[in-house]
Amino acid sequence: MTNVMVNFITNVIPEAAPHFEGYVYPNEATQQPLWSILIVLYPYITGLVAGAFIMASLVRVFKVKALEPVYRLSLLTAFAFLLCAPLPLLCHLGHPERCLEIMMTPHLTSPMAIFGFVYAWYLMAVLLLELWFDYRADFVRWSEITPGFQGVLYRLFTVGVTDVSEPAVKLDHKLGHILSIVGIPSAFLLHGYVGFIFGSVKANPWWGNVLMPIIFIMSAMVSGIALCVFNYMVLSWVRRKPIDMRCLDTMTMYLFYALVVDAAIEGLDWIHRAYSAEEGFAVIQYMAREKLFYTLSLGQVAMGTLCPLLFLGSMQLIRKRVPDFLRRRLYFTSAAFILIGVLAMRWNVVIGGQTFSKSLRGIMSYKMEFAGLEGWFMGAVLFSLPFITLTILIKLFLSEKLPSSNLDANGSPNSPATAGGTRTGLVARAEAPGARM
Amino acid sequence: MKNHLSRRNVLGKLGAVFAGVMAAPVARTAKAAVQKVFVSTTAPKGYDPTKHKWRMALDISKCIGCGLCAEACKKENHVPEGSFFRTWIERYIITKPKPGSGEARGETIVDCPNGGMHGFPEPTVAKEDILHSFFVPKLCNLCEHSPCVQVCPVGATFDAPDGAVLIDPKYCIGCGFCVQACPYGCRFLNPVTKTAEKCTLCYHRITRGLKPACVEVCPTESRVFGDLKNPVADDPLQKFYENNRVQSLKPHLGTEPRVFYAGMDKEVR
Repeated sequence: MTNVMVNFITNVIPEAAPHFEGYVYPNEATQQPLWSILIVLYPYITGLVAGAFIMASLVRVFKVKALEPVYRLSLLTAFAFLLCAPLPLLCHLGHPERCLEIMMTPHLTSPMAIFGFVYAWYLMAVLLLELWFDYRADFVRWSEITPGFQGVLYRLFTVGVTDVSEPAVKLDHKLGHILSIVGIPSAFLLHGYVGFIFGSVKANPWWGNVLMPIIFIMSAMVSGIALCVFNYMVLSWVRRKPIDMRCLDTMTMYLFYALVVDAAIEGLDWIHRAYSAEEGFAVIQYMAREKLFYTLSLGQVAMGTLCPLLFLGSMQLIRKRVPDFLRRRLYFTSAAFILIGVLAMRWNVVIGGQTFSKSLRGIMSYKMEFAGLEGWFMGAVLFSLPFITLTILIKLFLSEKLPSSNLDANGSPNSPATAGGTRTGLVARAEAPGARM
Repeated sequence: MKNHLSRRNVLGKLGAVFAGVMAAPVARTAKAAVQKVFVSTTAPKGYDPTKHKWRMALDISKCIGCGLCAEACKKENHVPEGSFFRTWIERYIITKPKPGSGEARGETIVDCPNGGMHGFPEPTVAKEDILHSFFVPKLCNLCEHSPCVQVCPVGATFDAPDGAVLIDPKYCIGCGFCVQACPYGCRFLNPVTKTAEKCTLCYHRITRGLKPACVEVCPTESRVFGDLKNPVADDPLQKFYENNRVQSLKPHLGTEPRVFYAGMDKEVR
């Protein structure tokens, strides 16, 4: 019985023997593809970062007031995921101890080497600084009213800059705004580069595609906004707080439009592939029809694109006639579907691109293992890390117990007037009648 | 007296630290460029790579598929057991078209059992149904514009001045990007050393005046090897170029392979 159970768990993706069909180069006939689940997660997580950051930029740069309740949550989401983004890559390396060579002696024609710099730039020069400018005044206040270790922590985060005079706070905002503007092309660059890592491989007809970076950027925006919707709704549910429907409607409106552009570009990619029908198209067609049917046709297209397009699109037309609770459910379902769909898309790119031989004469099979570095358990652990990090960040920086100079994740403004430590605003908000999930 | 740390002060210091961190790679790159001249290869001391231009060529019509080359390569280069090959042999069987099908040729069947190391079994197609059958030895194509060299994030794989494309195993981080980028399936990640590996033309041998192991054992002289800069009397490589019209693999990819094939069929890729 145990054996049956173990078999069931470890064979969640059933693959029939033989291991490969047709002719594959001997060096390709390995047990599993060279890049497997960890490399699926890497572009997925990086994409969520870029998308969540764009979400935050809508507030800061494009002044979309309705989205203010999720501004900090989006930034923290981007930060938590960015911290964990290189982990799958590092775990996958044959010699992780040599990883810093990418930064120290980079080979400048390599997309992977440049990614190291783009990542460092984005983490240290954009996201970290923007967060700091946004939070500095709060850190000063929180360090004064929070006792114990947490207070010390907030004091450390101020890096000694404790000036909260009006001009100082104004300057913080100004610098944060500039960083946000710099951040948008940086976020595009970050994920565009991930796309380029695949798009630059001309040896592989599935990957080597000029549209790949753009597809990656668009799907990143879609998945990042979907993650913000997901996180906001889950956080509100956990905290038993009402959801700001105006904010949610606006978020999902942007999600819909991003999804339309994403679907259009991906559709264009397929039309181009089919029409030009270059050397590798026959094998790509076979892959899409047979090998990747579940993840491509069902996961990516039906679940990740068509259903959300239908749900979100209809909401754009008949939003006012649909009751709040139904809208919330549809939005949540769409966000979850999109998150699964984009994960499926990453899977299709990474795994799909490696399950056919570069001789274009054979197909390999891939059965994901349970244990081991490339197993799905490890994948699940690595994917849960950014959520754990985000939980800690939310506890620290989006705490219900602390007054905030900004708008918090749960909708109601908590003006600087409450910054003295009174919790009236929070109490009033908690008692406010409003929608619940 | 309030805090002396002004924002400008702190930001200035942070900026200086950041600039320092960003400057380090530049310095290290410059250092690596110098080191590259002295990069570790298996060549003996005193070997000057600028005075040679090594090339390999293959005459498909001469290959009998005995597999000695693949076996010699495995032994010579300690290639790990299993489906890992620096060189291998493919068998192509092109069948006759079905009568009345209106086709010029039938289907193409390719196989390569165990890299062709121990020869090939009887074909699954009846002899009278075979239109053409031939063997194609494969190895690193030593591309002029190697995609593997282009994508290596740390420059562990590089073009040697003598025409070999080499890997510094002490420097390779084992990311596998080069394996993905090679259109010919010539590279693999060594499961023992966890670094990328491929044919080096037996660099440890050729730099000592010997032939690559595969060329040494080839009984039909299907594999031809030579030094373009130092042709010997009656040079086999020169003769190969003179006597054959040559082709390279996947020329549309623009990698400009320097390994040429004579007598190749369109089905080979």
